[in-house]
Amino acid sequence: MEVTSSFPGAPSGAPSPPEVIKPVARARKQGDTLFRWITIGSAFVVPLLIIGLFYSLTDLSMPSLRHFGLKFIFSSAWNPVKQHFGALSSIYGTLVSTFIAMILAVPLGLAISLFLVELVPPAIGRVMGSAIELLAAIPSIIYGMWGLFVFAPFMADHVQPFLAGIGGDLPFFKGPPMGIGMLTAGLILALMILPFITSVASDVFRMVPVQLKESAYGMGSTTFEVARKVTVRYGIDGIVGAGFLGLGRALGETMAVTFVIGNSHRISASLFNGANSIASTLANEFTEASEPLYLSALVELGLILLVITIGVQILSQLWLKRMRKKSGRGL
Amino acid sequence: MQRRPATFRKLSNAIVVGLSGFSALIGLFFLGWILMVVILRGLSAISIDFFTKLPTPPGVAGGGLANALVGTLLITLMAVLLGVPLGILGGVYLSEFGERSKVAATIRFASNVLMGTPSIIIGVFVYALMVFPMGHFSGYAGAVSLAVIMLPVVVRTTEDMLRLVPNTLRESALALGAPRWKVTFQVVFRAARSGLLTGVLLAIARVSGETAPLLFTALNSPFWMKSLSGPTANLTVTIFNYAMSPYRDWQQQAWGASLLIMMGVLSATIISRLYLKEKKKG
Repeated sequence: MEVTSSFPGAPSGAPSPPEVIKPVARARKQGDTLFRWITIGSAFVVPLLIIGLFYSLTDLSMPSLRHFGLKFIFSSAWNPVKQHFGALSSIYGTLVSTFIAMILAVPLGLAISLFLVELVPPAIGRVMGSAIELLAAIPSIIYGMWGLFVFAPFMADHVQPFLAGIGGDLPFFKGPPMGIGMLTAGLILALMILPFITSVASDVFRMVPVQLKESAYGMGSTTFEVARKVTVRYGIDGIVGAGFLGLGRALGETMAVTFVIGNSHRISASLFNGANSIASTLANEFTEASEPLYLSALVELGLILLVITIGVQILSQLWLKRMRKKSGRGL
Repeated sequence: MQRRPATFRKLSNAIVVGLSGFSALIGLFFLGWILMVVILRGLSAISIDFFTKLPTPPGVAGGGLANALVGTLLITLMAVLLGVPLGILGGVYLSEFGERSKVAATIRFASNVLMGTPSIIIGVFVYALMVFPMGHFSGYAGAVSLAVIMLPVVVRTTEDMLRLVPNTLRESALALGAPRWKVTFQVVFRAARSGLLTGVLLAIARVSGETAPLLFTALNSPFWMKSLSGPTANLTVTIFNYAMSPYRDWQQQAWGASLLIMMGVLSATIISRLYLKEKKKG
């Protein structure tokens, strides 16, 4: 009506014949289809890589899988000369060092998050939180250097004699205080996963509705009671998610552990003794493995670690997804 | 419900508040301890020779890690060239085409899983893929393993950054008749440019401290590389080898290399984090 006529340049005649537009539109459409497929192809590289991981690790560990069968997992033999290989000591070391890390880092991380979110002014909390997060940015090998040259001697001189003094009857704290060993590896792992747990737990605590907390405070609760009965309970799903995240990290951590765990294939109850983990065995021995069976046994160790960590990853992803559905928002 | 006496409640509250503050101090204390040790010991190892000379045998004074420095830079650069374009295109799919589809959900899931896969496993994988069939270690294999670690990081940050671009921008460009690829490259990318760069920086920070995957792929070498197709010197594997050696002067060099790596990674991380935080606020 009036509006159309107010455009002096508007074509007043018949619209341009469709034949003129069509080839351009077709070319544009083809270009876009191609573009779309290129992006899909690139995106699909990621799942393909995961399939490739499983395929190639299984393929290369075939000789060992055939030779040792299930015995591989339950045998603690590790003798490259006699070609006897078993994964038990490495699996044991991985699980125990991760366990030490988790029982230390989870409570510590929760306490830190509580402090950062509930107790200090938000500005200070954010700055301190960023500083703690820097712990995650320090490369693994730096933890290894510090662990081997600084922290392990400190453990040997101060911490281990102290522990042997108060818990000398326990099997965990027996043996010479050498500094390196399972305990030191577990402690450094705890330090390394601490920032992940702290950062997720802080996010979870921040998501707790203020009204909930304020009503608890209004009833006369102390800070501790609000944290225990409101904040933690409201955010328990997220806290478990944070634990999963730390767990996944700790299981596969390589360099820091390799530096300080002592690299011994013996399973021992004492946490002061040297041990090894799947990742540290791989890091130490992979390039030395000249025999095909030796190499293949090492790759099978890697396959076991892959299965464990992917399992943990999938569980944690599913957990987070469930949580997101429940609370309607992500982390 | 039985009421607990107020003094008990107050006391337990004070204890927990004190403990949580103490925990935060523990975290900060260890951060400070590590930073201080690396800076002090690293600085005493760094000199002009460190950047310009080749490694010397143990006991021979002088010498540096020039070859490892160049090797690390080249391997990382190759990894960026491989991983970043692929990752950005993958991220484009997730944000521009896939969005809520099942396929996109699967790819997001796979990216998160791959991000959580231990880097040493990636090293074994690339060993099986490249080193084993070729019969020798190579810098290229090292670059591929770093690219694999980078890829999911770039995919996810690209998606996040492109999503921040308002839809009206896309719509107006499309309404002008621009094809989708042009809209993506010339409008959406331009709007998200600094965000994309941040994602890449974050991915570089993530891989440049990596040691485990290079151990099985690039290995190490005391010489200048002729090309990346043979064992290639790099800083992180050098740190590992030197630290494990019984020689004082080698261990000293390892501290110098540690300082370089740590400073590089920390500054890249801090810059990208600061930017991302600002973005979240705005």
